[in-house]
Amino acid sequence: MNLAVRDIRHNFGRFVLTTIGLGLLLMLVMGMGGIYRGLVQDATLLVDRVDADLWVVQKDTRGPFAELSRVPTNLEDRIRAVPGVISSRGFISATIQRERNGQQLRITVQGLSWPQDRGQWLPIVAGRALGQAHYEMIADQSLKLPLGEKIKLGKDTYTIVGLTRAMTSPTGDSMAFFTIHDAQAIQFDLPGEAIRLERSARYERAEQTDQGRSQPQAIELNRGPSSGIPALGPPSISAVLVKVGPGFDPEKARAVIAQWPDVSVYSSDDQRQLLISGMVDKSRRQLGMFRALLVVVSGIIMALILYTLTLDKLHDIAMLKLMGARNGIILALILQQALLLGCLGYGVAYVVGYWVFPWFPRRVVLTANDLWMLSGVVIGISILASVIGIIKALSVAPNEVLA
Amino acid sequence: MSASTNHRDAVLEASHLTKIYGAGHTEVVAVHDATLTVAGGEIVALIGPSGAGKSTLLTLIGMILPPNAGRIAIGGTVVFDNNRTQVNVRRFRRQHLGFVFQKSNLLPFLTATENVRLAMEINDHPTRAAKYRAMELLDYLGVGERAGHLPSKLSGGEQQRVAVARALANRPNLILADEPTAALDSVRGRQVMELFRKVAHEQNAGVIVVTHDQRALDVFDRIFEMEDGALRAVDADRLRLGGDTINSEVLR
Repeated sequence: MNLAVRDIRHNFGRFVLTTIGLGLLLMLVMGMGGIYRGLVQDATLLVDRVDADLWVVQKDTRGPFAELSRVPTNLEDRIRAVPGVISSRGFISATIQRERNGQQLRITVQGLSWPQDRGQWLPIVAGRALGQAHYEMIADQSLKLPLGEKIKLGKDTYTIVGLTRAMTSPTGDSMAFFTIHDAQAIQFDLPGEAIRLERSARYERAEQTDQGRSQPQAIELNRGPSSGIPALGPPSISAVLVKVGPGFDPEKARAVIAQWPDVSVYSSDDQRQLLISGMVDKSRRQLGMFRALLVVVSGIIMALILYTLTLDKLHDIAMLKLMGARNGIILALILQQALLLGCLGYGVAYVVGYWVFPWFPRRVVLTANDLWMLSGVVIGISILASVIGIIKALSVAPNEVLA
Repeated sequence: MSASTNHRDAVLEASHLTKIYGAGHTEVVAVHDATLTVAGGEIVALIGPSGAGKSTLLTLIGMILPPNAGRIAIGGTVVFDNNRTQVNVRRFRRQHLGFVFQKSNLLPFLTATENVRLAMEINDHPTRAAKYRAMELLDYLGVGERAGHLPSKLSGGEQQRVAVARALANRPNLILADEPTAALDSVRGRQVMELFRKVAHEQNAGVIVVTHDQRALDVFDRIFEMEDGALRAVDADRLRLGGDTINSEVLR
């Protein structure tokens, strides 16, 4: 006869409420772990998916996700000449914030190197990859922009041709993918008046120089667009992504590029590590501390619940002892209830979390490893929490029945 | 003082039991040099004023507390000898003793039949046999039709009958009852006392009942009075006829 189950059946309402309470507490523990995993996944999502062996960035910077990095567009061509390199792609990453229909819309703009990179590697759940050099974009579902929607960014209007799932930046903003030229246009967009003022100032400056005075044609060039002035380079990009050929050691290509004085080069793993240790580390430690505290709080609350449940049964336990019940029967009564409470609480945490976590502003990722680990922790704290109750129960004298 | 039976098949032989609580200035002698023998099939009453030591004597015999001095043998096995335990107390208790109290002390989360079964399952009886005997006992005690009810759904008298069934479950040598009718009205109280007599005679168990209920004294084979820790036999026949004298507070 299982006394634990019968006692629970007798106090079913109280047990259910206790289990739900504990389950919600465990859901927070689970959620904290999930938020941390989400942070790491968000931070490393692009690095993991973009399929690059090396990231080449501005000298002494940590890459486009950690800080501002600017490299010239022609770096792509220089890198292509390195032995073993089969492709190099420009990459732009910048976050913009625009107002749309009265709502703030934060987008991490990612520029893909058209036409080599059309975004085929993205997890497209609807629509297609980029199909033309301009005015198309692939947006993440979390932006809540439907397929075919047209959105004005800067001076141009872009059509959403594809939707991705769970593509967010390390800061948690939704990503959108454009060709690199469109991304530059969005990133460096200036109002018409600012452009006119800059051209005029440029003209004035040129007039002050000997060269300007002696070469009126050169002054005239300054009245035109920046792209028409040979002395000005094209807008810079954030990084160049490098892929080496099969069987070729990326470290050899890296060693060559690392000798160049204007760039720094990282492997994908380095970039990943930089992201985790730089952007996520503080959040990870903060969440870890919260998680540890919540586990301790859960343990204390469970211990109190089990202690109270045991106190309620002290008379019955004394009676069991008087009847000659072995300690094992009494121990099993408390321990089984503790484990049942822990396991059902864990189940409640999982089920409620399954429905609630998608509504969290940041992604909550529950991995099988984390879930197994938490279940182990729950069993551990269930056993530990029952210890006080067990000690109390075993110290009850059978003659307390007579009290 | 001592009291004994002439029966040869004694289920209880307690001799020169002494129990002292506290020490020094706070020392209280709860039981002093008490000797008692109870035979199988015999029902014995322990009467006396509050604080006389009746319940303490019962806890010594029930192996709930160890005596400071004296010897206890139950069913021929010496269980205590001069403050030294001779057996595994809990195992011996579940195999040889049954308890009934003023309150039924049934486990509230078990039905009547489960309460009885539990006593047997604790004693390693197979579940099937325990179920059968539990129903048999509940029928025997007249509460068979209430077998599936929780204690909270039973009347006080029914609860006590279930408690008696639980006490009988393991066919004990000795049943110890501490004021089992105190919470019952006179009719139900008498029914329970008669039940004990029936059980004692039919199950051949020794029954010791601590009671204040003078209306049911005729049920007992022998009556003992305790006062200030000392035990003395009372002539049951003369008491019933009003011939023997008992401390006036004894039966209050």
